Amino acid sequence: MITTSDLRKVYRAQGRPGSTTEIAALDGVDLHVRQGEVYGVVGTSGAGKSTLIRCVNLLERPTSGSVSVDGRELTALSPAELRATRRSIGMVFQHFNLLARRTVAENVELPLELTGLSRRERVAKARELLELVGLADKAKAYPAQLSGGQKQRVGIARALAGDPKVLLSDEATSALDPETTRSILQLLRDLNHQLGLTVLLITHEMDVIKSVCDSAALMRAGRVVESGTLHELLERPGSELARELFPLGEGEPLQGSTLLDITFQGEATAQPFISQLARTYNVDVSIIGAAVETLGGRQVGRMRVSLPGSFDENVVPIGYLREQGLQVEVAA
Amino acid sequence: MGWNDMQPLLVQATQETVWMVGLATLATVLVGLPLGLLLALTRRGGLLQNAGVNKLFGTVVNVGRSLPFVILIVAIIPFTRWVTGTTLGWQAATVPLAVGAIPFFARLVETAVADVDGGLVEAVQAMGGGTWAVVRKALLPEALPALVSALTTTVIALVGYSAMAGTVGGGGLGTLAINYGYMRFETTFMWVIAAELVVLVTLVQLVGEGLARGLDHKRPTTHRTFRRRVTPQISAAPKAAETPAREPELTGSVQR
Repeated sequence: MITTSDLRKVYRAQGRPGSTTEIAALDGVDLHVRQGEVYGVVGTSGAGKSTLIRCVNLLERPTSGSVSVDGRELTALSPAELRATRRSIGMVFQHFNLLARRTVAENVELPLELTGLSRRERVAKARELLELVGLADKAKAYPAQLSGGQKQRVGIARALAGDPKVLLSDEATSALDPETTRSILQLLRDLNHQLGLTVLLITHEMDVIKSVCDSAALMRAGRVVESGTLHELLERPGSELARELFPLGEGEPLQGSTLLDITFQGEATAQPFISQLARTYNVDVSIIGAAVETLGGRQVGRMRVSLPGSFDENVVPIGYLREQGLQVEVAA
Repeated sequence: MGWNDMQPLLVQATQETVWMVGLATLATVLVGLPLGLLLALTRRGGLLQNAGVNKLFGTVVNVGRSLPFVILIVAIIPFTRWVTGTTLGWQAATVPLAVGAIPFFARLVETAVADVDGGLVEAVQAMGGGTWAVVRKALLPEALPALVSALTTTVIALVGYSAMAGTVGGGGLGTLAINYGYMRFETTFMWVIAAELVVLVTLVQLVGEGLARGLDHKRPTTHRTFRRRVTPQISAAPKAAETPAREPELTGSVQR
């Protein structure tokens, strides 16, 4: 649905007179967002996430590389074609960007005015959208009279006005408190299910990825370091994202023991593998850290355990765990 | 000189002042608004960023603003004659008034438009709006309260200018004050005129302020006690109007 290939964006910063330094905000980003999924890009500030999402609808023109949305190569479009294409790409912003002098309903109608819909159609559509986001009773209020969460709901309703196939979310929940964040994320998830909307969101919060995303990418210094569906990431040995998503803490390894990180999902969660291991091989298993979450309806967990003895002494138990369909990494 | 003598003179002079300020304001908005918008759009980082155009019009505006008004009146006499066919009376005074106020207003418009949150511009662009849509749907409507404040400031400045134009035959209250108050030593009459100017300016300020507040939906409530926007011109402008013979400080920096 959204594909970027070798996307680069270089800013020229004026240094001392005469000298310019080039800063690569995007340094060859390849992103592939499938139709109907919620894709999260996570990274610290300055990693280039914001530049990336703004390049997807060309609010920011990439220095090189290509962006295609719904099979359309955006970088090759004329200005008029680009404007038409942007109407099918919704965008929500961190600071909502609502027009203060328009009522909630009028804000939602704004994109429809641009497409030249009649007044009657606009009013009907705006009412429908406000109902969808649960703000039908606030239609006549001004943005200043709303809470942050309500403002973002208006922003989402406005973004959906053009019946987009793709929704871009630029840190949409970063200015909201945790509870409101959850309700906005739930709304995004619902819209994704109900309308089959493809969502690309950027965030600096791992929790956002964990609670709504099907896939994720980790950005650092203008590059995508790691990407994939959350399940793929969890299965991938040494995945940095998986570690960030399910932190196990810094358990101090016991002297002369082997530390294992075990990831289990799906049916594997139901198996009592720890007690089986202990019984079958007569080893003492200490659990150092564990986290279990539900991802897209499937249980996923990570556990850090320590087995007595060196790695060589534990080859057989580790092999047993792997046979059970668990992913086992030897940490130390 | 009694009130009965003053009244008809005052009524006529007031009408003249209102006409010249009114027409000059109209011309100022018609020319100054697009000019200010152009300056804001061609700025660095603006939608139509264009250093050449910005520099050109910026220079014109700066020259216009740095000319003392009395000099301006004299300097553009040929232009005034070409437009109105005369160089005397309130009709003639309207021309230099407009020419003097346009650059002043244009700068205020530029600031008001540039103050609009860039996020709104981006939002309109993201929903498929072009430059014109951004101007029409976001920049102008969102800047409206600030534009009304700017216009209030400009009208008050114009009242001051008009009194000055009166000293060189521009008609209106300024001429009256000079002819009677100064030349005939009718000090009382002069003070009556000054008082009327104060009332006029206060009225403009109150109406403008009220209008700007009514248009502004940025704050949750519009209750009077929450009033924040106190315009400093209300104290400065009448002082200029009380002494029409001296040049009011109109070209200085004006805070919104």
